[in-house]
Amino acid sequence: MQEKDLIPVLERIQKKYGYLPLQALKSVARELGVPAVQVYGAATFFKQFRLNPPGKYQIEVCMGTACYMAGGQVALDSFERRLKIGVGETTPDGEFSLERVACVGCCNLAPVAVVDNVVEKNVTPTRVDGILLSLGLSEENKENKENSNAQGK
Amino acid sequence: MALLNSLEELDKLKQELLSRKDPNKPCISICAGAGCIASGAGEVIAAFEAEIKKQGLSARVETKGTGCPGYCQRGPVVVIYPEEICYLQVKPEDVPEIIEETIKGKKIVERLVYIDPDTEEKATLESEIPFYKYQERLNLSNNIKIDPKSLDDYLAIGGYSALAKVLFQMTPEQVIDEIKKSNLRGRGGAGFPAGIKWEGSRNAPETTKYVIVNADEGDPGAFMDRALLEGNPHSILEGLAIGAYAIGAQEGYIYVRQEYPLAVENIGIAIEKATEYGFLGENILGSGFNFKVMVHQGAGAFVCGESTALMTALEGRAGEPRPKYIRSNIRGLWEKPTVLNNVETWANVPMIINKGADWFTQIGTDGSKGTKIFALVGKINNTGLVEVPMGMPIRDIIYKIGGGIPGGKKFKAVQTGGPSGGCLPENLLDLPVGFDELVQAGSMMGSGGMIVMDEDTCMVDVARYFLNFLTDESCGKCVPCREGIRQMLKILTDITEGKGKEGDIELLEEIAEVTGTAALCALGKSAPNPVLSTLKYFREEYEAHIREKRCPALSCKDLIAFYIDPDLCRACMACLRKCPAGAIVGAKKQIHVVEQEKCTKCGTCFEVCRFDAVKKISGEPVPPPLPEEERTLTRKGKE
Ligand SMILES: Cc1cc2nc3c(=O)[nH]c(=O)nc-3n(C[C@H](O)[C@H](O)[C@H](O)COP(=O)(O)O)c2cc1C
Repeated sequence: MQEKDLIPVLERIQKKYGYLPLQALKSVARELGVPAVQVYGAATFFKQFRLNPPGKYQIEVCMGTACYMAGGQVALDSFERRLKIGVGETTPDGEFSLERVACVGCCNLAPVAVVDNVVEKNVTPTRVDGILLSLGLSEENKENKENSNAQGK
Repeated sequence: MALLNSLEELDKLKQELLSRKDPNKPCISICAGAGCIASGAGEVIAAFEAEIKKQGLSARVETKGTGCPGYCQRGPVVVIYPEEICYLQVKPEDVPEIIEETIKGKKIVERLVYIDPDTEEKATLESEIPFYKYQERLNLSNNIKIDPKSLDDYLAIGGYSALAKVLFQMTPEQVIDEIKKSNLRGRGGAGFPAGIKWEGSRNAPETTKYVIVNADEGDPGAFMDRALLEGNPHSILEGLAIGAYAIGAQEGYIYVRQEYPLAVENIGIAIEKATEYGFLGENILGSGFNFKVMVHQGAGAFVCGESTALMTALEGRAGEPRPKYIRSNIRGLWEKPTVLNNVETWANVPMIINKGADWFTQIGTDGSKGTKIFALVGKINNTGLVEVPMGMPIRDIIYKIGGGIPGGKKFKAVQTGGPSGGCLPENLLDLPVGFDELVQAGSMMGSGGMIVMDEDTCMVDVARYFLNFLTDESCGKCVPCREGIRQMLKILTDITEGKGKEGDIELLEEIAEVTGTAALCALGKSAPNPVLSTLKYFREEYEAHIREKRCPALSCKDLIAFYIDPDLCRACMACLRKCPAGAIVGAKKQIHVVEQEKCTKCGTCFEVCRFDAVKKISGEPVPPPLPEEERTLTRKGKE
């Protein structure tokens, strides 16, 4: 293997482990005979690579232009609010991870999110609730009540 | 399949394929493109296969999952041959009826055909539907006819005859002359004439040369290349092989986004099959020409669509562009002469070779020949892929093909050219689409995104959106791009958040000029376009944001408030229950009120209200809520 195989190799590692473990990056540098900084540079340059393990359910919110105009940001905000994580993060229990992607090519269904490789269409705030409910996250109203109780104290 | 070793063997195979094919045998083509799959085409295909098996029709009826014919809005799309009956929005439940009525009974299932929303006229055939009628689908029309995984299907529609023609009847110079004469301009970006690019490589003294397909398609909101890669991969391979022959390359690369798994799969299968038949590999068709093709998956970086960045990434490094003192057709991949063209550019090549440059130049305008595929998306009735002759007025694309703006809303702008393109206003709707026309108007062709915006779209926010995208995607190598875009984004964000001040517009224009002049690659050079074009045509929206703290499109979160109109509220509790912030007070029969301090402006109440009582307001104070004692709802009319 040579330098030109660097990116395909990283892609294969990510396919296998779901992310790029640091240890693996070091081995790649050794095996291909390229400086570690070049491996790390490529791993952080390309959007596809992640350096931490993904959640059990991977949620990708489309931020293509059509989706953005149809309310993609509202959908993303709703996921962030419900999951209490930001883009690129995984919930502490390892259940959900949240990403933004640039166009999945289903603009007629905008705004869309890809949840575990299935395209969810017309993702409004209430649809976000529905999706998360189907994945086992309980409804927000309950939390709400807890919240308002907490505020009352 | 034995390797084809001569022209005669290819002709024999084609004869055989055609004689085996019964033109009257019913064939059910179901679009298996990304849009239709997301709308449930997978289940429809399975239902057809199951029903045909159940009824013992397998020998008499063919089914095909095909590439995208373009009409995503009405997917899943099903076309039944030989009649070309087109059924739209087909569901698995419809399948038994289609088999019974159309396949067996030769009758139309009326409820599944296209009905014109205005005239209520029905259109049974693909060619009668307005969405298709005004197009000229030189590339896309084959998608629904062939199974992209079958090389025989491609051969049956005349595939690889152009490659055979150049290998046996044309010298490389003649091929280049033909492409030059056709004035085929690049479909991926700047519209550079392909023939001139090829000639440069042909004349370079080196012996090792490369050809590359740019299938990185990173524009958000564009999926033309994807449709060709998924739906007709051999047409791209054939074009690439012709280009390789013309410049004298032995190796080619297809750089395709990893986000397109089906494209990666289909192009992989196509290479395998083409090699097996002898259209790629050693001594192609016995002509002595050798050419092999490799696929490289891009790992998600918009800038890697830029030609020199793409080559850097292919070499195994972070994809940063390089200066172009010497063009890459002279010194490109591994410093060798390299011709890189867009997917659609390559796909046009076999057609030009087959039908001739004279035929090709009859289509289009003086400066722009042939057709162009656009991804027509946004606030438009018929979202989908459309292929039109160059020179068609944008108005016709949006209204005749696209069916206009949904929901009775008003057209505001159309954005072309991808993230660094520009927004064109209503008074430019009659502009003919063409490379030079669009640039003159402050936008560009780009790779063919066409995003329609209506009155609900804030133009300042659109500029901010694109600059946000470009900030993320700027590779950081050169300062004007890295810092210039970031600073413009900062100002735009301030403006959308109500923190804009006098002088911001002028500062934006100044930074735009520097970035556009001094950046290393076209990403930075064209990054100011979204700002400059919106400033040029929609300056008053900027001024409203800055001076009146008002967002005319009622879209910028920090400048709007949600307010429940007491005259319209029916006190149904829907918004109150759903509000995630607990910001709505009220009760059954008690008119609801948004508590502005608590509201996070998530828009849930606006979405769930069935009475249009939730309003967005901007630039004016929120009307004070009704005094509590007046909030009891007295039902008008009913009691
Ligand atoms: C930031 C940036 C992104 C680009 N992305 C693409 C792309 O995704 N696909 C493409 O074909 N060309 C893209 N281009 C244009 C290419 O640099 C190049 O001009 C084009 O692929 C050449 O092929 P053509 O002459 O056939 O159009 C991009 C350019 C820039 C500056």
